[in-house]
Amino acid sequence: MANFFPKWTNWIPLKVVICAGAVVTALAGGLTYYFTPKYTRVGYEPTQPVPFSHVIHVQQLGMDCRYCHSFVEVASHSNVPTTQTCMACHTQIKKDSPKLAAVRESWTTGQPVNWVRIHQVPDYTYFNHAVHVNRGVSCYSCHGAVNEMKVVYQHEPQSMSWCLDCHRAPENHLRPPSEIYNMAWKPPQDTSQQEIGLKFKEEWEVNPPVTCGGCHR
Amino acid sequence: MSNASATAEPAGPLTAEDKQIVRPPLVLNKRTMGWISDYISSIVEGKTPTWWYVSMGITVPLTLVCLALLAYLISTGVGVWGNNHPVGWAWDITNFVFWIGIGHAGTLISAILFLTRQKWRTSINRAAEAMTLFAVVCAGIYPALHVGRVWMAWFLAPVPNANAIWQNFRSPLLWDVFAVSTYFTVSVLFWYTGLIPDLATLRDRCTTKIRKFVYGVLALGWRGGNRQWRHYEMAYLLLAGLSTPLVLSVHSVVSFDFATSVVPGWHTTIFPPYFVAGAIFGGFAMVLTIMIPACAIYKPLHDLVTINHVDKMCKIILLTGSIVGYAYLMELFIAWYGANPYERAAFWYRAFGPYWWAYWSMMFCNVIAPQFFWFKFFRTHLVWVWIIVQFPNAGMWFERFVIIATTLARDFAPSAWGMFHPTWVDICTFVGTFGLFGTLFLLFIRFLPMICMFEVKAVLPEADPHHGEAHH
Repeated sequence: MANFFPKWTNWIPLKVVICAGAVVTALAGGLTYYFTPKYTRVGYEPTQPVPFSHVIHVQQLGMDCRYCHSFVEVASHSNVPTTQTCMACHTQIKKDSPKLAAVRESWTTGQPVNWVRIHQVPDYTYFNHAVHVNRGVSCYSCHGAVNEMKVVYQHEPQSMSWCLDCHRAPENHLRPPSEIYNMAWKPPQDTSQQEIGLKFKEEWEVNPPVTCGGCHR
Repeated sequence: MSNASATAEPAGPLTAEDKQIVRPPLVLNKRTMGWISDYISSIVEGKTPTWWYVSMGITVPLTLVCLALLAYLISTGVGVWGNNHPVGWAWDITNFVFWIGIGHAGTLISAILFLTRQKWRTSINRAAEAMTLFAVVCAGIYPALHVGRVWMAWFLAPVPNANAIWQNFRSPLLWDVFAVSTYFTVSVLFWYTGLIPDLATLRDRCTTKIRKFVYGVLALGWRGGNRQWRHYEMAYLLLAGLSTPLVLSVHSVVSFDFATSVVPGWHTTIFPPYFVAGAIFGGFAMVLTIMIPACAIYKPLHDLVTINHVDKMCKIILLTGSIVGYAYLMELFIAWYGANPYERAAFWYRAFGPYWWAYWSMMFCNVIAPQFFWFKFFRTHLVWVWIIVQFPNAGMWFERFVIIATTLARDFAPSAWGMFHPTWVDICTFVGTFGLFGTLFLLFIRFLPMICMFEVKAVLPEADPHHGEAHH
């Protein structure tokens, strides 16, 4: 019987296997790199209606986070300040600056400034700011060094695995309650983050939930 | 037959005593090896018959209905089904278990009967395995889609991901995923391995270029050399060994979905063996449901799938049906003897609660109806066989419905009681899966040899090296 297929076809199965392997590897690698919040979210820096600089307000003027984000200690939601909060100073200071046009417009119309949301927790996830900041988790742990940001951007992936990393080992992030809003805090020379974290974890019985129902209620 | 009488009278008429010892031939009418290849290949090679188009004209629209409703389900949500509180599992899981159960006969025939050297398997194993695969395809639809957000179904796979979601390996639902996917994979490999020599036969008989190409690729270069046969036999044996535990494990794991819960009526140790027996019972019923019409269309197949084959399958149905019946009665006995009020109540509601009609339909179809197979008359008259096996087909569906819906509808607290009513989507999707099953089977009949040619040839008297000598 004559051959159905020419001789070169003998190599097709091997070639198919090699190509399929390459494609699968590339896909897996590509998905791992490009399809995770580490790539899609970190560095997100939208243009805001007002070029607000945390460097000026926090770093140079020394304002506390809670002056503007005033609910953070008592509510699940940490608020963006109202126009009134801005205007408490800006009726006096730089009151004619063109950069503040959107704030003044909001002040006259009563409509809030359309700040662009950066950190987005999905609606099926329950997150409470007060619980975190009152139990030794600094703003810095989730938002990065906002005091050094001229324009705020997302610093951490805030993926579920990122949440769980801390929920499983909170000692890596806990700090004294007095230092929660101190963005420049470092563990003192003679001790380490681990030591301090473990101490507070023990003393305050920090036992973060790692079951589904902890956050997906 | 003793040696002395054999040498004295090798070809003479058999005595009554001899007739009891000699097995009935597996292939009738002295069909030759050439005839077997010619006839079975001709089913694939000939012109497409009219009945095939007519049947496809029914099954393909039903398949499309199924697919359209699945699209509707995905786009709208699981709410289009009648599942509710408290009946959170309803027709979806009923139909899943129904179809996966049907898929058991194929592997039993192909693996266990192979290892136990039951030669009568040769003429039915190919079609039964195909039926298994198609049933598992129909079954797989339900667990995949009942999760609701189908695009999240990959959460079932242990893939490292940014959500740090890892599977709960203590959950029987996860075991189920692995059991069913393993079963499907091994069944496909087993079926395909067994097909290779026959695909090569088809390839060698091809006349058109396209067929040559397609069957040529599918035959994987099979030439039928001695070395290839040695590898083939070893591969087939290994796959048979691998499949054999799967026959028992798959439906055991399916039963764990229920048995490892703490729901009265589900939480019983009898579930795994009882589910396996039920699956083989329902599977053989479906094999007969399909094979009898197929042989009626291709009449010469009666020489290969003989009345003797049908008789044996009926006996298996009788055996497994009786095991199932025993399990039903034992469940009732334990419910009474165990003196647990919730367990008692669960079984009371099964038999006399709002779903009494399903329970007694199940009892009749699965326990009473197969008892007809005690009589040789009912085992050997194809019309009767076909009618009787419809009862297990229906009964096994009722069994799963009874186990799932009646149990959930009557939970611990009366305040949580509720009824399940299927929606039109439930009903049409289920009917549509029959269309899918039928379509796949019709395609199989048309394009692949539905009987394993080379294995049937091996059970011919000519294939016996001692052919013509005395039996020992």
